[in-house]
Amino acid sequence: MARAWVFGDDLDTDQMVPGRYAPFMVGQDTFQNYAFYDARPGFAKEVKPGDVLVGGENFGCGSSREYAVAALKKLGVGGIVAKNFARIFFRNCINLGIPVVESADAVSLARDGDEVTLDLPAGVLRTPHGDATVRPLAPFAQEILSAGGVVAYLREHGDFPGVE
Amino acid sequence: MPGRSPWTSSIPCCENGSLPKTLAELILSRQSGRDVRAGDLVIVPISRVMVHDSVIDAVMAGLKDLGKAKVWDPSRVAVFVDHAAPAPTPVVADSHRVLREWVRAQEIQTFYDAGEGVCHQIMVEEGYCEPGTVIVGSDSHSNSYGAVGAFGAGMGATDVAVALGLGRTWLRVPESIRVEFTGSLRSGVTMKDAIMRVVREIGTDGARYACVEFHGVGGLPQGDRITLAGMTTEMGAKAGIVEGAPEAPAWLRPDPDASYLRRVHVDLSTLEPQIAIPPRVDQVSDVSDAVGIPVDIVFLGSCTNGRLVDMQQAAAVLRGRRISPRVRLEVVPSSRRQFEDAMADGTLGILSAAGAVIGSSGCGPCLGRTGGVLAGEEVCFSTANRNYKGRMGSPDASIYLGSPYVAAVAALTGVIDDPRPYLASSDADFDALVAKRRGDRGDRGAASERSGDRSRELVMAHPVADAPWVVGMDQED
Repeated sequence: MARAWVFGDDLDTDQMVPGRYAPFMVGQDTFQNYAFYDARPGFAKEVKPGDVLVGGENFGCGSSREYAVAALKKLGVGGIVAKNFARIFFRNCINLGIPVVESADAVSLARDGDEVTLDLPAGVLRTPHGDATVRPLAPFAQEILSAGGVVAYLREHGDFPGVE
Repeated sequence: MPGRSPWTSSIPCCENGSLPKTLAELILSRQSGRDVRAGDLVIVPISRVMVHDSVIDAVMAGLKDLGKAKVWDPSRVAVFVDHAAPAPTPVVADSHRVLREWVRAQEIQTFYDAGEGVCHQIMVEEGYCEPGTVIVGSDSHSNSYGAVGAFGAGMGATDVAVALGLGRTWLRVPESIRVEFTGSLRSGVTMKDAIMRVVREIGTDGARYACVEFHGVGGLPQGDRITLAGMTTEMGAKAGIVEGAPEAPAWLRPDPDASYLRRVHVDLSTLEPQIAIPPRVDQVSDVSDAVGIPVDIVFLGSCTNGRLVDMQQAAAVLRGRRISPRVRLEVVPSSRRQFEDAMADGTLGILSAAGAVIGSSGCGPCLGRTGGVLAGEEVCFSTANRNYKGRMGSPDASIYLGSPYVAAVAALTGVIDDPRPYLASSDADFDALVAKRRGDRGDRGAASERSGDRSRELVMAHPVADAPWVVGMDQED
């Protein structure tokens, strides 16, 4: 079972990892310890591998900083469910191998601290208050995710998945 | 047409048989070699990749993980040291050192080191943005390249590494929002006010995944077009393109029947100066609703408003005067060219005599990494593009956004005010206005108390290797 970490709308990447804790400011080994340092003190210490972030609209907006996603990856975040995602953040998650799926009702069903299960094949986020439907990813993104990220995909296949 | 979805047959066609296209559809069709429309996925060649210091470690690691020893074409790569430059800490200095070695090893000629300026300004003004092509940048404000009709898309480090390795990227062809400007700006109002008015209308996510097209402003100076295109990022846009830029090729004209997600009209002739209220870029009001808000520090700079014309606008207000003793003013020209032009015509002299700190060209304090970062509870007025919590230093500081005119008046009076009465006044009336605003402002806070926020760790160049809570850094002392 995973814990749900519930956030609101327009969660920007400055909240995920403030610019002053960029890996090139504090070092490649420590920046993940500053995940949500201002926005959710204690997150980096308490988050467990497999935990799920749940959010509202425009999740991950703002700076293109991939280290915001890299920090979540290093901390073992198992997936992110939001009403919708900011575009660069969405790409970064697919590229680094974190499932990001849209759900209209997850953020109103899940409460912070809930035990939840993100069942991607079934297309649901199971919460103690009911199941939230999640939208399946496009096949292009699924292929990259199932390889573990775009680098792994390209190493294996030499080129992007087909688009036509 | 092979691969085309069946429903497209119901879409009206142009005379040559293709679909009416937006600017984004025109560019991505041409570059992908397919007749594509919004929603299609494309794989396109990239005319240039822009990389900056902030992400270089991850980009190098990504390229290595891809098994690529060399970038696909060093002549199509531009590298900048601008985000934390000159290096504020030994850790950053070391990252810059490695970056320089990498640039040499990769034989990349287009390299701009610390002090040369903000990547986006240089990319556009030095002609590295080929109109009608796709450019991938490691920075969210790479949308700026739409100022000259290029499809500039900001991406994360791994996407950039892939672009460097393959010379191609994948994109979903975006829907477009058409912004139509009519009329002319009144004195004291700028295109920064115009784009903030648009952000106010569309919101921080109203253009998510979309391309924002600007119409009616192709004839404006390049700098104004950069202000417009760059700030489309703050609406969640994938790209922002100014129609009719003189640099753009003739084929880059949208069809009149092209399909838009939304149309927005802004009459420039009735526009008021606009202010973004912290902590949201789309929380925008007319300056008249924000008059009197006290300010501690003013930042004039960034890819949005750090050009000669921006400094000239501030100098028009500050010429022959000193800023308020309660305010600091930091001016960071957006590139060495802008810096030198502002030196040559006396603008920097006016700003320095007024009490401004002149920083070396680069991103400056816009993202809180170097030069003039904010303490807790401080209020900043900035000409940049973001006012998120913690953006410029302490998460307890507040950032208002607006034009260089409003910034200069804030530096002079210590409060936010409408710049137009100042610009229209005689010297005597001007001075009376300044004296009144300064007198009304009063002091802020208790100078003897530390604000006790978490920004104190900023003094640590390199936190202890373990987690911060282990060493008690959360405590007051």
